Amino acid sequence: MTAFASHLSYDFRTGLRDRSLMLMNYLFPLFFFVMMGALMGGINPTFKETMIPGMIVVGVMTNTLLGMSGPAVAAREAGIYRSYKINGVPALSIITIPVISSLLHVAIVSAIITAAAAPLFGGKLPTDWGTFALVIFLATFAMSGIGMLIGVIATGARSSMMYGQLLFLPSMMLSGMMFPTGLLPPALHRIAMVLPATHAMNAWQALAFSGPANFSAAGSLVALFAGGAIAFGLAALLFNWDSHNTSRRVSPAIALLALIPYALTILFR
Amino acid sequence: MSETVIQVNHFRKQYGSVIAVEDISFEVNQGEIFGLLGPNGAGKTSTLECLEGLRQPDGGSLRILGIDPVRQPARLKNLIGVQLQSSGLPGSMTPHEAIQFFCAYHGVAPRYDLLERLGLQEKQNTQFSGLSTGQQRRLALALAMAHRPPVIFLDEPTAGLDVPSRIELHSLMSELQAEGTTIILATHDMAEAEKMAHRVAILLRGKIAAAGTPAQLTATGQRLTKISVSSEASCLSVNGTGFPAVNQRVVKDDYSIFYSTNPGQTVSAILSYLENHHDPLVDLRVERPSLEERFLEITSSVAKIGAQP
Repeated sequence: MTAFASHLSYDFRTGLRDRSLMLMNYLFPLFFFVMMGALMGGINPTFKETMIPGMIVVGVMTNTLLGMSGPAVAAREAGIYRSYKINGVPALSIITIPVISSLLHVAIVSAIITAAAAPLFGGKLPTDWGTFALVIFLATFAMSGIGMLIGVIATGARSSMMYGQLLFLPSMMLSGMMFPTGLLPPALHRIAMVLPATHAMNAWQALAFSGPANFSAAGSLVALFAGGAIAFGLAALLFNWDSHNTSRRVSPAIALLALIPYALTILFR
Repeated sequence: MSETVIQVNHFRKQYGSVIAVEDISFEVNQGEIFGLLGPNGAGKTSTLECLEGLRQPDGGSLRILGIDPVRQPARLKNLIGVQLQSSGLPGSMTPHEAIQFFCAYHGVAPRYDLLERLGLQEKQNTQFSGLSTGQQRRLALALAMAHRPPVIFLDEPTAGLDVPSRIELHSLMSELQAEGTTIILATHDMAEAEKMAHRVAILLRGKIAAAGTPAQLTATGQRLTKISVSSEASCLSVNGTGFPAVNQRVVKDDYSIFYSTNPGQTVSAILSYLENHHDPLVDLRVERPSLEERFLEITSSVAKIGAQP
């Protein structure tokens, strides 16, 4: 087995074996899906239209924004990265393998949600499966880039959770998974457009579910890709092998650049 | 003459305004076990971490097999094995996975045999966080050896190990050394350093306070050699005075104990005395000052110099 495959295999199994990662990757999004499907389906009929993308985006966010940064911070604090460095594990592997692993976990959760949503709660199925899968990929790519970036810049477990929640909580409320973003006041709508989850929901609705687009769906796809690429580039730039080595080449505030592609869509909607 | 494997020339490391290591130089030859001794904060770990390529030196030069660990870290990875002081492994990784993972990155076949050798076979599928401290350290050692590197760094390798594991580790170190592996051993355990190391350097406040073989270091100290003698008629306990180079004599149980500045001269005189008095020797023990005693002597003398205005 090659080093990369061995590393990926270990990382994927950790996502199933580690209790907190199991919670973030599977238990929380699936429990949330069942709960919301049972409750919201009756209260808000339009929820059935957005049930599948909305619940998948929750799974992507818990996996990446909440689940990815903690292990990265813990590994740095515990000297695991130092051990990796001595043994020739490249920084690129440390940054990219959790993303591939996340994609696999998200794919499994997405498959379960998609398969269960229609028969259990009458959720609307995608009309374009290729675009549906593409948006899953881009949303996971974009948000895992941010998750890894948080893991790189956070100084401890508490700050990594705080940064993750700063994106997770507004996304839950504003990204369109609970109610259409078109109903938001203009100021909140602008804030919603800085969130990757909003763009994932917009692209899914317009391109995969034959629904209305709140703004340019193609622009959302570009923003997700560009945001993910910038986040990975910044994570690689700011990556630190050692928690004792506090000399950074640039300020961690530069991480905010990862949100620029989403913010730009406000101008071009 | 053995090839020089590690060269440290005028090495210097500081953190902000704190100087951790100040202008030290030493060389380590192939197949040598070199002990790096010193109290906490002496600069041992800084020296090791710069040699391992984990930190950048602030001055001087470091070479391992001619390779600069700062500029050519990729070339170094298969040449060194490192047992870090901290765990360095994810809590969910099993010993079996760890061997597979690190061997894969070193491009060698997995060395599962090391798990058996280090008594970890039964625990090969237990997560790292579920292993005892001793088992974790043994696994770290297995990983340091797995790719058969010519140079191994061991940072407090026996900390937390029970006696059988410690003996097994020393036996492994001897085997590796016999095969030509160079070992840098950073330890607080003076008995271990005295037993295992061919040469040692004592670091104090970032400088080498003493260096040499353990025998050389102990011989240059102020401490006296303890000579314990027991004979059938115990004639020494009655009239055993006036032997050369003896500073002090104590009688305890069946033994006469002499503290000598020249043990060879004193032992010869004692044996002659017993022969002349037709008193057969029952037991003779000569205990040179240990490396630990010499270490304490050096550290206290440096502390006194440091305390002078």
